[in-house]
Amino acid sequence: MTLARVLDARRVDLLRVMEMVAPGSRVLDVGCGDGELLHLLAEERNVDGRGIELSQQGVNDCVAKGLSVIQGDADADLNDYPDDGFDFVILSQTLQATRHPRRVLENLLRIGRRAIVSVPNFGHWSVRVQLALRGRMPVTEKLRYSWYDTPNIHFCTITDFIDLAGEVGAVIDRAVTLDQRGAELSALWPKWTWNLVGEQAIFLLHREKTGERPVPADVAQRAPGPGASAGVL
Amino acid sequence: MDDRAPPSNGAALQAVYPDSLTLRIDAPTALTMDSGAALSPLTIAYQTYGALNAAKSNALLICHALTGDQHVANLHPVTGRPGWWETMVGPGRPFDTDRFFIICANVLGGCMGSTGPVSLDPASGEPYGLDFPVVTIADMVRAQALLIDHLGIDTLFCVAGGSMGGMQVLQWAAAYPERVFAALPIATAARHSSQNIAFHEVGRQAVMADPDWRGGRYLIEGVRPSKGLAVARMAAHITYLSDSALHRRFGRNLQDRAARTFSFDADFQVESYLRHQGRIFVDRFDPNSYLYLTRAMDYFDLAADFGGSLVNAFKGSPTRFCVVSFTSDWLFPTSDSRAIVRALNAGAASVSFVEIETDRGHDAFLLDVPELIATTRGFVDSAARARGIA
Repeated sequence: MTLARVLDARRVDLLRVMEMVAPGSRVLDVGCGDGELLHLLAEERNVDGRGIELSQQGVNDCVAKGLSVIQGDADADLNDYPDDGFDFVILSQTLQATRHPRRVLENLLRIGRRAIVSVPNFGHWSVRVQLALRGRMPVTEKLRYSWYDTPNIHFCTITDFIDLAGEVGAVIDRAVTLDQRGAELSALWPKWTWNLVGEQAIFLLHREKTGERPVPADVAQRAPGPGASAGVL
Repeated sequence: MDDRAPPSNGAALQAVYPDSLTLRIDAPTALTMDSGAALSPLTIAYQTYGALNAAKSNALLICHALTGDQHVANLHPVTGRPGWWETMVGPGRPFDTDRFFIICANVLGGCMGSTGPVSLDPASGEPYGLDFPVVTIADMVRAQALLIDHLGIDTLFCVAGGSMGGMQVLQWAAAYPERVFAALPIATAARHSSQNIAFHEVGRQAVMADPDWRGGRYLIEGVRPSKGLAVARMAAHITYLSDSALHRRFGRNLQDRAARTFSFDADFQVESYLRHQGRIFVDRFDPNSYLYLTRAMDYFDLAADFGGSLVNAFKGSPTRFCVVSFTSDWLFPTSDSRAIVRALNAGAASVSFVEIETDRGHDAFLLDVPELIATTRGFVDSAARARGIA
């Protein structure tokens, strides 16, 4: 059973991402790995899915699953995609590994009518503790790399990401924060706690149409979009 | 025609009496070519492997490269060597002859039994030579489509090929999108680059500079421009490899000698190897055919046929594509494949793309490269599932 497999793999975030994708839509998954999410979306949401993946093994696994996946990376290859080519563009746990996160995010918003971005939260308390008390670069269960060999070169906190979204003119339709066990944080908690307790956050965004007002600085105060089960930060 | 010398070697014999199935199309039917010429009669020599299923849904067309031919997976009738793509074609191989009906035809303009410059011109009763109309990739594909019609196949399950074969794959998908379920263009380009045209011109000039070429009339005059064709092959062969592959294989090693001879003998192994490549090539390939087929590649520019936009060539294509390139291929570099992928994406076609890491150069598509075999197997198997082929 696909859902059980995803849960076993401790990628509960993939289920949250899946819930944001409208059935039957056209989806591009950037950094799609072995195609787990695309496969899930095809089965559960009947989407027309495409992927981009850096590793040879990942691409081969995807092709063998019948998925349409291109070998490439978010920094170099998103430029090749036409505007509004997809209903949803997904970047799952990858933004922090790109060279130019801002440009990548702008491309996601250009290519897709909606972008879904999940980011690990560098503001998590365990990260803060390691840096503040031990004076060492944090290594956690999710972020297992040492500073010198990590592919994650552009970490941010949940609050940082929201700021970037505002800067590039993105509207956050929905945000979900998950704790270490993959449980959703309650919308009733004070906002600052999510940046402290949230291990990762998943955002559903779209670019504001040209001519409209820029995104308010305090995106955190926006009301949740339809169907949102957690508060928007 | 009657006083023509009998074919003097195996290759010439194959050009006229191929050890292959043949489809002959006679007047009044003619093949209208891009040049405006109407070619008739027309013969297409082809090989098949495996069996066509009742639904005729499992036909897989392989398109061969410049100096390839239809003998994909059987002993070659001239050289006696195994088929050129036996790593890919056979029982249990990615192009599984137990599941698919595999077809490969000698291209139009070739010299292994399909109509080309070696064939007899009905107007003169002599070999066409340079009177043969210039062939394009689109002409080759038109001829193949006649064969597919003849075999009663409506939609090909898959069209696959590397290099010039990949050009035919792209042409098939662009010209007959409804007839191609899946397409696998490998190490190829949607247009031949300036550098590649330049290499081809060197090869052609080498052939034409041979005094035995005789303005292309060597068959009639009973000679053969073997030296020129061998030089062309030697130059081309270098472009199929890579610096590191050549160095790994030969280095600066000397050939059967302990020291330099201070002469122009083939002191180095790499020289000896190239001379050997040239020599064995002329035994199996027709010099004029080499001119025509290199020209066909030079003329290939798919975008030009679609209003200057490659996107238009594939717009709304129902075909599922898998594009493959090799990191060390400097003849058809990855950028050529990416241009194809970009156009397919912009046209909202279904496309996968793999760049395979290898130092074996352009020739990698012919070699036992595990990643190529794994990618092909994955793509073909998933397409077969989608097509409902057991």
